[in-house]
Amino acid sequence: MKPRLPLLISILLFGYAFLYIPIVSLIVYSFNESRLVTVWGGFSTKWYGELLQNEQLLGAAWLSIRIAALTASLAVVLGTLAALALVRFRRFRGRGSLEVMVTAPLVMPEVIIGLSLLLLFVALETLTGWPAGRGMDTIVIAHTTFAMAYVAVVVQSRLAHMDLSLEEAALDLGARPLKVFFTITLPIIAPSLVAGWLLAFTLSLDDLVVASFVSGPGATTLPMVVYSSVRLGVSPEINALATIIVGLVSVAVLIAGGLLWRQERRNRLSAD
Amino acid sequence: MSRARQFTPEEPWQAPEGEPIVRIENVTKRFGTFYAVDDISLSIHPGEFFSLLGSSGCGKTTLLRMLAGFETPTSGRIFIDGQDVTEVPPYERPVNMMFQSYALFPHMNVADNIAFGLKQDGMPRAKRNARVAEMLSLVQIEALAKRKPHQLSGGQRQRVALARALAKHPKILLLDEPLGALDKKLREQTQFELVNIQERLGITFVVVTHDQEEAMTMSSRIALMHEGRIEQVDPPRRLYEFPSTRYAAGFIGSVNLFDGYVIEQDDDQVLVQCDEADLQLQVRHSQPLVPGMAVTVALRPEKVRVLEQHDTDAPNQLRGIIKEIAYLGDVSIYHVELASGKRVQFTQSNIQALAEQPLTWDEEVLLGWSANSCGVLTE
Repeated sequence: MKPRLPLLISILLFGYAFLYIPIVSLIVYSFNESRLVTVWGGFSTKWYGELLQNEQLLGAAWLSIRIAALTASLAVVLGTLAALALVRFRRFRGRGSLEVMVTAPLVMPEVIIGLSLLLLFVALETLTGWPAGRGMDTIVIAHTTFAMAYVAVVVQSRLAHMDLSLEEAALDLGARPLKVFFTITLPIIAPSLVAGWLLAFTLSLDDLVVASFVSGPGATTLPMVVYSSVRLGVSPEINALATIIVGLVSVAVLIAGGLLWRQERRNRLSAD
Repeated sequence: MSRARQFTPEEPWQAPEGEPIVRIENVTKRFGTFYAVDDISLSIHPGEFFSLLGSSGCGKTTLLRMLAGFETPTSGRIFIDGQDVTEVPPYERPVNMMFQSYALFPHMNVADNIAFGLKQDGMPRAKRNARVAEMLSLVQIEALAKRKPHQLSGGQRQRVALARALAKHPKILLLDEPLGALDKKLREQTQFELVNIQERLGITFVVVTHDQEEAMTMSSRIALMHEGRIEQVDPPRRLYEFPSTRYAAGFIGSVNLFDGYVIEQDDDQVLVQCDEADLQLQVRHSQPLVPGMAVTVALRPEKVRVLEQHDTDAPNQLRGIIKEIAYLGDVSIYHVELASGKRVQFTQSNIQALAEQPLTWDEEVLLGWSANSCGVLTE
């Protein structure tokens, strides 16, 4: 093993560099004094200050966070139900199509998801009058459709590893099925629900393509603002905003990873 | 191997007026085209330690799960304490189960695990705590009440699972391979503890196991299952000494089988012609048999003795040459080849340490056994 160690370390460093240099440079340039993004003009936090003055950006950020939180909550409920149906009920009518529908958003191009939902919303509006125009509601619905697929996958794998006899034991001890779900199943799969919620939250916060299709006037999400302002030239304010988002997302991912790791370790311990 | 157990009243299954606590009537369970349980009828009496014994896939676990209510029979009825529970869901049955994996709730500590069933009954807190304490002391794990399951050893988890299943004082306790996950030493210890607890509480135990020694040690009666059917139901001693089928004879312990046919029957003695070994064997058998009927003579290896010289009056004597010897410490197993080529197994206790090996390879021996030591199988 010894002689190969330097090689391994250099491969590892290259890998890390490949992944993280773009992000690091973004963070570094967010503290740039100069207005020109690519020219270093000394350390400053003034772009963070300016960011706080930018009502449009802040409004978009607040909207995005509300959409993401709503989306994540809806996706956790629907995704968990779908996962339960797929894992707990081995055979039922329409199982195959549910399985496909749940995994389809994972592989479907976002442009197609966005377009199809836009067509659906327009058709619905002409037929039923709902949704009246497009805005936050339609973005939440659109995000939920693909975010729940990710939640379903995360929860499904946890459920599949859960010992079925735990639920049977609770039934055997006199708990009715609904009570079993809330006192036994839910607490045991809770870490995967939290992980799924955080995953759905970041997916929604991050999405540009689907949101562009299904949003209307007055509902401009953060990625949409960022994208349109970048077309006019990159502003260092965006760097500052991006740095904050990277920070938030990293924290969320660390929490989710930590929860899953702890759960994994506990499973291993109880499996011995 | 077997331990005679005392009962009050002795052998409840013998008493005709005794009402069984479990009555299984013509129960069949089909999964697709596979018959997991095939038309089984069975009665289990109060206070029994009843074992369902069989190799994997024989249907014993399916039968247990139908008693617990996790599976519904395809046909047939199940009665518990006189009540038809065939369609009753598990949470309304007066039975509790101890699972093979123990199924302890990982997010609750030991005391909460044991209290779970009591909480479902709405038992007040003070009474509940008292019952939990009682259960903890019954299985001797008072010190572990606040631990989480993943902080326990395998043996401790087994005790928690037992305490949790007993906490509600069920009419019947179902145990699915209760000792399967323990190592050999601990298993032998726990066998006797389970029996003691069962005798102390007087609860009927129904145990599923694939381990014949375990079943022999603990049970009042054993139902030997094979391919979804019951081969034989008897106390351990009867099952070993008087197996009723070839499968039963072969499953429990070792056995020599001689295929043959009946020549004649005189009172309770049957004379069987065994062509493959070129022998006539005399066997005690009281049920009437028809001459010419195909039967199998079953002979346990430990019932065979090595004879000094031929005795013209005694039945069942044969000569052979020792081909294999297996020294197991407590006993040695000898494989003897007869002139016909058939092999017969016999065992001898190694009474003396380091004794001169009395029998050795390629030695000719004269073997014999009494007519009482073997049995006739007709199935």
